[in-house]
Amino acid sequence: MSVLSVEGLSVSYRVPGGRLQAVRDVSLSVGRGEVLGIMGESGCGKSTLAAAMIGLLPQGAEVAAGAIRLNGTDMLRLPGEEQRRLRGQRIAMVFQDPMTAFNPVLTIGRQLADFVGAHGGGKGAAEIAGMLERVGIPDPGRCLGRYPHELSGGMRQRVAIAAALLMQPDVLIADEPTTALDVTMEAQIIHLLRDLRTSFDGAIVVVTHHLGVIAELCDRVAVMYAGEVVEEAGVDALFHDPRHPYTRALLSCDPAVVMPGSGHLPTIGGRIPDLTALPAGCAFAARCGMAEAGCGAPVPRHRGAGRSVLCHRSAA
Amino acid sequence: MLAYAIRRLGLSVLILIVVMTAMYGMVFLVPGDPASLALGPRATPELKEALRERMGLDQPILTQILYFFGNVLRGDLGIDVWSKRPVLEQILEVFPNTLILGVVALGWALVMGIVLGCAAVVWRDTWADRLLGVLSVSVISVPSFVVAIYALIVFAVWLNWLPAIGAGEAGDFWSQVRALILPALAVGIGWVGYLARLIRASMLEVMEAPHIRTARAFGMRERDIVFRHALRVAIVPTISILAVGFGSILSSAVFVESVFSRPGIGTLITGAVEKRNYPVVMGTVLFMTGFYLLVVTAADLLIARLDPRVRDVLRG
Repeated sequence: MSVLSVEGLSVSYRVPGGRLQAVRDVSLSVGRGEVLGIMGESGCGKSTLAAAMIGLLPQGAEVAAGAIRLNGTDMLRLPGEEQRRLRGQRIAMVFQDPMTAFNPVLTIGRQLADFVGAHGGGKGAAEIAGMLERVGIPDPGRCLGRYPHELSGGMRQRVAIAAALLMQPDVLIADEPTTALDVTMEAQIIHLLRDLRTSFDGAIVVVTHHLGVIAELCDRVAVMYAGEVVEEAGVDALFHDPRHPYTRALLSCDPAVVMPGSGHLPTIGGRIPDLTALPAGCAFAARCGMAEAGCGAPVPRHRGAGRSVLCHRSAA
Repeated sequence: MLAYAIRRLGLSVLILIVVMTAMYGMVFLVPGDPASLALGPRATPELKEALRERMGLDQPILTQILYFFGNVLRGDLGIDVWSKRPVLEQILEVFPNTLILGVVALGWALVMGIVLGCAAVVWRDTWADRLLGVLSVSVISVPSFVVAIYALIVFAVWLNWLPAIGAGEAGDFWSQVRALILPALAVGIGWVGYLARLIRASMLEVMEAPHIRTARAFGMRERDIVFRHALRVAIVPTISILAVGFGSILSSAVFVESVFSRPGIGTLITGAVEKRNYPVVMGTVLFMTGFYLLVVTAADLLIARLDPRVRDVLRG
């Protein structure tokens, strides 16, 4: 059974001149011990989706339809106070930029104690130090007495991961967990998250535009484009046999697979459509090499063994 | 930190020298000769000459200034030309009254400003926030002596609740407290509005910071986020404003002390200006400048204590 499931979720932002549809009819689910990757380029709606999952949509955002079920309970229908109690305790989040994610004038120890204290406490400094040790922080006792700016970016991201795991949540959401780090730090954090897969029995959702992170960490991948999940598949199937034209285009743009001698970095031509005035049919059609006249009609979702594809021209 | 404190003190001494020179220059720039002004129109030339000699006015101006500096360094601010008492003695006699008035006025303004500023953040964009905004701007716009006159008429004359004049009886604590209430109300009320606006703006900026989002994601209560995490960050810029504000509080005390005939630096200096009692004017201004510089320096050191990033910059 899935721990977290998103059902038909649509989120829009009120903007001057209409509504920006950031997330459109997204359905996803993730079970215990599973790592789900949400992949897509900037502006595809993946960060809005992550914010909605933890109930922290920015002002101006509105859930138009759908449900987000944590252990079967629709969080969107819970009163604010009960949502708050789930946050941090049953569902936790690691943010993109560890430089700014912590309060600059409070020590690490004080902040972690406050996070734990928000749920009635019960965890002492020893337990917090133990968790820091588990994520690979040398001399945890000293780290607790330090201020965020005294730690390196990688250390701070480790602390953020430790903080998220402290309450043993059912779901851990990592929003671009490595994007703000340099390459060596990135590799270390990927290794840390991979090690956690064995010891952490909850579900992990990794939101990223980085194909390497997806390939290293995830079991299943949902590819988002213009607010929709255009393809969802197991990680091997997705990388070896991408079905949706957008997924194919995205994979061919990965700098890691481009021939070094070619002197050419492929890009996807065109730009993402205006999310305030979306076409009736396929949102990718304008950039798609396979598009034909029929692509202007509402798009069918093909479902096959463990995968789904939102396309007129490709089968699951 | 120590090096920083020493640097700041050196700068303060430099500012004091500039103020002293400017003050001394003022005596020569105002029309009339200090000695004849002090002695009145009917003094004989011999008397004037004798006083000029005693005040050192027959010496070249540079000698006079150096002599004045030397005296100040020895803690001698000169002699009152009317009462023949040392100026410093008179200042120290009334300064506690002004200091208590300033501290109490700023103290209650700070407490109210923090409470109302945070309230405006918690209730932001509601009618309560807007009402607080209108009230704040109103009390900022009304000069303190106008508040003083109205407060005096209403609470001292009509209702007869509090004394209208004086600083209370010596040795009687409650009488002194009762005499302090109206002046402190008049001096502080504008600052309540100002600090409430300042803290609201500073808090709203901090509340947008990523670390507040982190605190929310960990399920902290909004109240704890505002008072335990955001206020600590938002208060730092307020402290330097408070120190500068202390100077303007002391100058509004000049008016308010006159309204309430309350002995203090304000009544001392207005009385001295009326009588052209230059040694008292110069001594008082110099004393207040020195005190003000001390407050600003203390505030900068306090900021360094509260913000660990500033502390480290100073250390390194």
